[in-house]
Amino acid sequence: MGIKWDEFFVTGDPLIFASQIGIALTMIGALAALTYFKKWNYLWTEWLTTVDHKKIGIMYILMGVLMFVRGGIDGLMMKGQTAVPENEFLNAQHYNEVFTTHGVIMILFVAMPLLIGLMNFVIPLQIGARDVAFPQLNALSFWLTFSGAMLFNISFIIGGSPDAGWTSYFPLAGKEFSPGIGNNFYAVALQIAGAGTLMTGINFVVTVLKMRTKGMTLMKMPMFTWTSFITSIIIVASFPIFTVALALMTFDRTFGTHFFTISGGGMDMLWANLFWLWGHPEVYIVVLPAFGMLSDIISTFARKTLYGYKSMVISIVMISVLSMLVWVHHFFTMGNSAGVNSFFSITTMAIAIPTGVKVFNWLFTMRKGRIKFTTAMLWSLAFVPNFVIGGVTGVMLAMAAADYQYHNTLFLVAHFHYVLIPGVVFPIFAGLYFWWPKMFGYMLNERIGKWHFWLFVIGFNVTFMPMFFLGLDGAVRRAYTYSAETGFGPLMMISAVGSVILAAGFAALVYNIYWSARHADRNIGNDPWDARTLEWATATPVQHYNFASLPDVSKIDAFWHMKKNNEIQPLTEDEIEEIHLPSNTWIPIYMGVIFGISGFLLVFEWTIAAAIAALGIFAGLAFRSFDYDEGFHVHKDEILETERKWRKGANKGVKNHVS
Amino acid sequence: MKKSKLLLVSLTSIMAVLLLSGCENNMVVFNPQGPIARQILELINFSIALMLLVTIVVFGLFAFIVWKYRERKDNMSYEPPEEHGSTVLEIIWTVIPILIIVALTIPTVKTIYAIDEIPQGYEDKEPLVINVTSADWKWIFSYPEQGIETINYVNIPEDRPIDFRLTSAGTMQSFWIPALGGQKYSMAKAETQLYLVADNPGSYVGRNTNFNGQGYAGMEFEVLSQTQKEFDEWVKEVKETAPKMTLSEYEKMLEPSHFGRKTFSNTHLEWVDHSDPHSKNYTNPEMYDRGHGWPGKIFEDKDNYKNKDGNTVNTKHDNSEDMNHNESETDDSHGGEHSGH
Repeated sequence: MGIKWDEFFVTGDPLIFASQIGIALTMIGALAALTYFKKWNYLWTEWLTTVDHKKIGIMYILMGVLMFVRGGIDGLMMKGQTAVPENEFLNAQHYNEVFTTHGVIMILFVAMPLLIGLMNFVIPLQIGARDVAFPQLNALSFWLTFSGAMLFNISFIIGGSPDAGWTSYFPLAGKEFSPGIGNNFYAVALQIAGAGTLMTGINFVVTVLKMRTKGMTLMKMPMFTWTSFITSIIIVASFPIFTVALALMTFDRTFGTHFFTISGGGMDMLWANLFWLWGHPEVYIVVLPAFGMLSDIISTFARKTLYGYKSMVISIVMISVLSMLVWVHHFFTMGNSAGVNSFFSITTMAIAIPTGVKVFNWLFTMRKGRIKFTTAMLWSLAFVPNFVIGGVTGVMLAMAAADYQYHNTLFLVAHFHYVLIPGVVFPIFAGLYFWWPKMFGYMLNERIGKWHFWLFVIGFNVTFMPMFFLGLDGAVRRAYTYSAETGFGPLMMISAVGSVILAAGFAALVYNIYWSARHADRNIGNDPWDARTLEWATATPVQHYNFASLPDVSKIDAFWHMKKNNEIQPLTEDEIEEIHLPSNTWIPIYMGVIFGISGFLLVFEWTIAAAIAALGIFAGLAFRSFDYDEGFHVHKDEILETERKWRKGANKGVKNHVS
Repeated sequence: MKKSKLLLVSLTSIMAVLLLSGCENNMVVFNPQGPIARQILELINFSIALMLLVTIVVFGLFAFIVWKYRERKDNMSYEPPEEHGSTVLEIIWTVIPILIIVALTIPTVKTIYAIDEIPQGYEDKEPLVINVTSADWKWIFSYPEQGIETINYVNIPEDRPIDFRLTSAGTMQSFWIPALGGQKYSMAKAETQLYLVADNPGSYVGRNTNFNGQGYAGMEFEVLSQTQKEFDEWVKEVKETAPKMTLSEYEKMLEPSHFGRKTFSNTHLEWVDHSDPHSKNYTNPEMYDRGHGWPGKIFEDKDNYKNKDGNTVNTKHDNSEDMNHNESETDDSHGGEHSGH
């Protein structure tokens, strides 16, 4: 087929042209560097084919941070465009593409990978396991997510980005009003990434249920494990809905069916319902693990066990149930009957009850504690007041009658950023500072960390606080410009300035990662924070088999009690057995690549080529079926040597590196 | 550093209070110009007061605990007690939110039901019906009783309930006049309904809040509230002086475009009612140009207005489309379900 290259590549915009050249040069540079430093083999055996949950977790986190940069630049461009009235930095079409990709990337390719990355790294350690239940499936999850993310990201230089908002409401997102292929990227890329997420959900449900170490009953699990478990259940319950909705969207756009179209008896309202049936639980999928991390971090730095453990567990279960019962609050204004709107108002407000319980439990965990202001703890503390603002405005939005005035305005935008940034991003940062030593064997610098913290928190408030007032004054979301007479100018400018401070805060994090990798102290012991849960009962960085002998648990905060009772001792030879671990495999990354290629062809509606490429998927499945690799054993000598090295220093000396 | 933390917390809360009270006078939602907007504002004010109370209590408790139990040089030897919770306290902070939610639910549900009806005190006044049709990217207002039509502006008599019947010729949009009341979606082949009343003569901004493509930012219209007398005079003048719209003019108007005001002395309802599930489709996919990127397939649409009656449509597309099409055409009851809004 004759390809028109000027349509294949996005042309006509200097910014995009510069990105195209930049991306090409970076890729050539990276390939050249790998070849020059002879790192191909290392990359392939240590990372690309790994099934180790710790390395997969780190790859997720790396991807999340990179995508954060991309989504952040999108956000800055939006703020730049709306800083002054009638600005001409971006035209309507570009602005529409930018806010669409900003939303999708921030939720699905930043929040999700960062959280799933931390879950991957921490959960098996917290429950005293040597890996997740299905290590190879775990690798497949990552590579599908990565493949989807890459497919989605290239849209802005090849083919054109989706431009119907992250919600992609029909009929706008259909071919009748968006004939370009932009929204195909949305349908196909999210389908691939979503399949990966669904597998993660299944994997973690099984892992938590079946892989816990001896004595760790459900009610003795650390809170992060609990929330990740519930999150996985919500994933398993809600992602299939999105899978179906995206499939129908693909049929509508690629084959001309009429599920959501105006013509042929299609039903645009059906999309909104299906989307939010997944979309609202999705919010809790990202918020719940974050809550869990906060619980563990607050308890560590207050030096107290979590207050009201049982009510915490009941709360998260309640939240997960309610999360499936509130989706209509995203479209109170669709002309529902008063009865329907009343019902969903009440279920939505009811979420404030378990959430309130959690906030009070966190506060009372700190009461009578001894609060240490590490960077990780600062992020956890900042969560409380900022999230409360997000929460109370959420209750206001839940009141359907009032929502008629807030809906689709910047008030709503401010609200969900006040929920998602303090509720997800702050805890992720807290988690990164907290678990970084376990991942890499050194800590992130606390001093730069505080710069990161203050710039980010202040920048965040300056960016989003004005939006509440803009919204109440009638400023709507997703509008690329506004006239000077509206009077939105000054507050919009303040908000734009805030976003620059916010970006400076993020830059401080990136600098911190670089600085710490080069200069941070490597001799920090296995438990630098004096922490409470099992992941700290391992070496730093964690030995590849996690635990030489699986720990025996009798209480919540197992490691804390082990330390108190002086249970961590050098192992004797007869305590050690050979450890059986799974081997590396090329199949997951192969599947990621083949899904990416097939998806790309489908996006361009070259359906026959896509179908041929998809045969490769079946080839991968077949290879997997005939794969009889039984894994390998770690020898006793190696275990003894590794354990001797770190257990010497445990329990003394090198603990507190925080000043 | 801990001090500055505390300072930040108190500053944010003070700022919130100040901004809320200080800006109240000029933010449109806080300046209702009609009974519906006023009812909603009462609800909003009540919720703000209650939420402010919650915020202050939590902020206060937070600041107190963080300050009091911070690590200091002189308490490094203090080892916090083992404490697992307190059933009484946990029940207390489960019940308090429940009470707050109940307090909010009652007025919320009342208001939800109230604003679905003609507001109290206006029941005896006969509502003026205005059919609102949204299209890419303009607002079309039809006055069926008066037989006139305006584009991108709407004149209404004061102190009289207006019965807006909303539908769309294309994308989903949201009809919002914040000074007069809340918003509602307009959707193709469906009808939604909204009552609004203006207290006084005046000019208000109305707009679309639901993103619908390139022309979205400009989808504003003026609402001019007049005395009944002025309104009647205006209607009369329109009927005498405004031109009649032709079908082809109307079809042209529904193409994706952006223009200023227009006035006609007839309405498009004589040709098409877009809220009818069996009405023709007025879509023009080939006219949406994003300026860059790969063009996708566009599918044949047999119900499209461009396919005049009696024309045989060429069948170059797949069967599924045919089947869907036939089904919706023959099965009336099935089609009828779509109108139920």
